[in-house]
This record gives sequence, structure tokens and C-alpha cells, in this order.
Amino acid sequence: MKDVIIGLFASAGYDRAAQGVAGAGRKLAAELGGKLHAVLLGVADEATKSAVASVVDVLTIADQAALQEYQTENYLSALAEICKAKQPAAVLLSNDTYSQELAPRLAHRLGGSAGADGLALSVVDGKVRVTRSVYGGKAMASIELKKSPAVVWLRSRAFDTAPARGTQAEISQATVELPAQLSATITERKVEAGDEARLEDAKIIVSGGRGLGGSEPFIELRKIADILGAQMGASRAACDSGWVPPSWQIGQTGKKVAPGLYIAVAIHGASQHLAGMSDSKCVAAINIDKDAPIFKHCRFGIVEDYRKVVPLLIERLKELKK
Amino acid sequence: MALNIIVCLKQILDPEIPVRDFRVDAEKKEAVRGSANLVTNIFCENALETALQLKEKVGGKITVISYGADSAEDSLRKALAMKADAAIHLLNEGNPHPDALTVAQTLAAAIRKQGEYDLVMVGRESGDWGVGQTGGLLAEELAIACVNFVDAITATDSGLTCNRQTDVGADTVVAKTPLVVTVTNNEFNVPRIPKTRDVMMSYRQPLTKWTIADLGLTPDEMNAGNSYYEVVDLYIPVKEINCEFAEGDTLEDRVDKFAQKIIEVTGTM
Repeated sequence: MKDVIIGLFASAGYDRAAQGVAGAGRKLAAELGGKLHAVLLGVADEATKSAVASVVDVLTIADQAALQEYQTENYLSALAEICKAKQPAAVLLSNDTYSQELAPRLAHRLGGSAGADGLALSVVDGKVRVTRSVYGGKAMASIELKKSPAVVWLRSRAFDTAPARGTQAEISQATVELPAQLSATITERKVEAGDEARLEDAKIIVSGGRGLGGSEPFIELRKIADILGAQMGASRAACDSGWVPPSWQIGQTGKKVAPGLYIAVAIHGASQHLAGMSDSKCVAAINIDKDAPIFKHCRFGIVEDYRKVVPLLIERLKELKK
Repeated sequence: MALNIIVCLKQILDPEIPVRDFRVDAEKKEAVRGSANLVTNIFCENALETALQLKEKVGGKITVISYGADSAEDSLRKALAMKADAAIHLLNEGNPHPDALTVAQTLAAAIRKQGEYDLVMVGRESGDWGVGQTGGLLAEELAIACVNFVDAITATDSGLTCNRQTDVGADTVVAKTPLVVTVTNNEFNVPRIPKTRDVMMSYRQPLTKWTIADLGLTPDEMNAGNSYYEVVDLYIPVKEINCEFAEGDTLEDRVDKFAQKIIEVTGTM
């Protein structure tokens, strides 16, 4: 009961979210004095297998035909069966849609406790504690998960990546028993064009708000994002107005992100929005109102009409990036 | 296919309370209410709106359930005003901060007691603690399927078709009943505003009140000791961030400084 399992989806590859989960897992396993296991669900390519094997002690691959694509009940059964056999102290997952769906149910099946949206993990008296933001980012809480295993999903980018160990993990294949019939089946998966990468995993986010006044300014913001290799985000007001897709929304009712740099353009900083981005490591803002709440979260900013700033900024960033 | 729908509602401290007015009681490990309103969690209202639209298409009955303090009655009355058919208040006696498993166990017992059901709808997470586990734990307690992040449901003779938001788009999930869904927001499930007359009428409608004993649960069975998790610390983080505003004689100078800062930060990442 000292080992830590990280649950990964082969379909995501060893992406930044998985790397953060592995990094958190490595530290937690060291604190508990146990091994770090990875369970890779689905058919992984060699690069993913090798990348995961280089950072964990034990890698279990579950890639039977029914696990090729995510189906909740199959993935839940597979993960529960493997975890039951390994008796870990903790199971760590990413904060993607599917992991959040699995975590509480997995905890229930294992007789453990689940913790949400962890920004930090620690062990006190043998129990795992999760630090997370609550009340829409206005407060922080430390929550002790009383039942073992502790099943926690983690905020992407909140954790450093795991270092390579220099040796490859012991690899095994698991064949698990799956439900004969599914009560709920995913029959179609739609991907919004151009947004295949998860906003939660973005290193840099350029985000626009109500102050932009329409969809066209987002074309300009996209230029900044392209120069910096950033992803695009938006406030609820911009999404509700139909200027950009709902999947761009960052906030209490949207996505919760923690990028290295968050550039807020014409975003006033309503509590709704701050709830989704205030854990960013560095915030910069362009806003016409010096008293806008967003500046209270900024490390640096510029008080000016974005329409004057953005064209100059695009040119200057291009020059500096040369 | 007429549906028996249960919608679970949580009453929370208004998340729109300004940061400057927000306080926590570190001893009790809870937010101080002060002059802030108590409101129905927005995702729970999205769930109710989705349920109302579904019922308008296929018929059936909507029962709303809330587990909480006396004030939770306000959330239930509002739901009745929005045209839910029946309301059940699960009285929370002596456990002011039930953990997620306690909530799920209590709701599951109430759902069983109220009789047959096809669909249980909960909000994707709450605006206070944002634990996001009620749906999943409830599905396990009831031993039925669960689909998360649903923003629209259509009913067919063979079951329910859910549109589920994902990180990169959407899934179509076809499910048998009974089913639990956790509901997220979209432009089509913005909660309706009840008419004044319906608000007044809602106070004349019956409201069922059940205690834990009525549910046949003993304190041990309902995890009253909060053995699932415990909040050990709650605090307002001190963020001493002084925004460095780009300065200069011309706009070009200021934008240059701003751009240089951006490059400096991205270079350290």
C-alpha cells in the first residue's frame, strides 16, 4: 500500500498532462516510499510506451480490442481490476473529461476516496492530502483523503514533468474482464476543427474578452498566439456572444487552466473568469481600465485600448522572435 | 417515452460575491456567509432546465431533491416555480459539511425511497467546493450507468441519447435507462426565469421532508463521520502581486516593454 499508479490513455500519447501526472506520481511515490506504476489503457504507439517506460518503475499495458477507444464502463472495469490487484496507496489521473468521469467511480469501486482538481499533493501521517482551489478560486483548501487508495485528478500544468530514470520500466500486459454489455456507449466523437490540443495543457494562452466587441479581433489575437506557440481562450462573455466556440471558455463554468503565461486581452476580470485562470503562473493583461480586477492578478500589463496595442505587439513580437 | 426524472439541487453561497467581501472561517473551515445570498448552484439549474425541456418533448414527471439546511427549501420552491412537479427536502441534521460520499449515499437512499425513476440529473460540479463527484458516486451507489458533462438529451424508445462536451469537441452517448447524468451549461439550457405567479403558487405546493431516519439510514451507514475526506485547512491565499505597468514616452515604447516582458517570461518556461 505504498505504490502509486498513474492511469494514462494511449490515445492521448505521453502528452503534457500525462507528463505532469507522472511528475506528481514520482514525487508522491518517493514520499510514500513505494514504486511508481503506469497503467496504459488502449493501443499505444512505440514512442508513447517508451516515453512512459522511461519515467515509471512498472508499466502495465491493457490494450485488448474493446479498450482501443474510451468507453466509460470498459475503462472503469479495466482500471479497477488492475488497481485491485496492485493495491496502490494512490491512483493519479489527468483532469480531462474522461478521467474526471472515471475518478469518483473508481474510488468507489476500490473502497477509496477521490480528490478533485489537485494543484499540489502531500502525505501527512500516511494519508494523501490534496491542495486545490475552492469557492471559484477565492480560497484554497487542503483536503485529506481518508480512505485508501486516494484517487486524484490533477490540474494540467500544475505539476512538473517526471525526469527520465535512465532504465526502462518492467513492462507487462494485462488482459482484463470487461462488461458483457455496455449500458452507455459512445457512438460518435466530434472534434472541433483546429482545436485538437487541450486548452488545459497549453503552456501559453492568449485569451480575449467582452471588451473585444466581436469575433474579428480574435483573428488578430490568433496572430499573437501563433507567434508564441500559444493556444486561444476566451471569457464566458465572448463565448456566450457566439464570437468563439464554447470549448474556448475559461472560467467557473468553463475550463480551469494553469499555464505558464496567460495573456488576457480586454478581459475585465469577473470572478467567473478568475475562477478558471487565477492559478496561472504568470498573468499579463491589456486593458483600457487601470482599475480592472484582472490587473490585481497580473505580473505585468499595459493600460491602453487593445486596438492600438495589438497591431504593434504583433510586429514587435515577430521581431523579437527572429 | 414519458420519463420519471430526478433532479438533484444544491444550494450554495452566491459565487458572485466580490472577492473583497469574501471571508473564510478557518476554524469551521467554511466560507462566512455575511450578507451574501444563498443560491441554487448554476449547473444544478442547468440540469433542471435540461430536464424541463426533455419533459416538454416526451412527457413525464420531474422530482427535485435537495439535501441541506432549512434554507434549501428556497431552491426547491424556485424549482417548483420553474415547473418541477414534486420536491423532496432531505433534512441535513447535525452534519453541516457532508463529504461527497455522504451526499451520494443520502441522495441514493432518497431516490430509491421515492420509487421508480429513469433519469437522475445532477450539476457537473458546485460553485463552492467544486468537488464534481456526486454524479459518479451516485451512479455507483445506485449501480447504474453515468454520463458526465452532458448538455442535451433526447429520448428514444430504446433509451436516451446524450450530447457530452469533451475537451476537444463532443461525444454522442447512447444509454439505457436508468441513468445518471452530470449536466454542464450551453446556450440552450440557460435556466428559465419563473413567472411571479408561479413563484407565489410554489409556496402553496406540498414539499416532502425526509429525515435521515425516514430514509432508513443509520448514522454509521450514511458515513456520518465523513470518512471519505476531511477538509483540514481552508484559507484565502495571500497574493502579493504588484502589476508592473509598461511605461514609456510613446505607445511604441510601452508596447515594446510589454513585448519584451512576454519574451522574457516565455524564455524561462
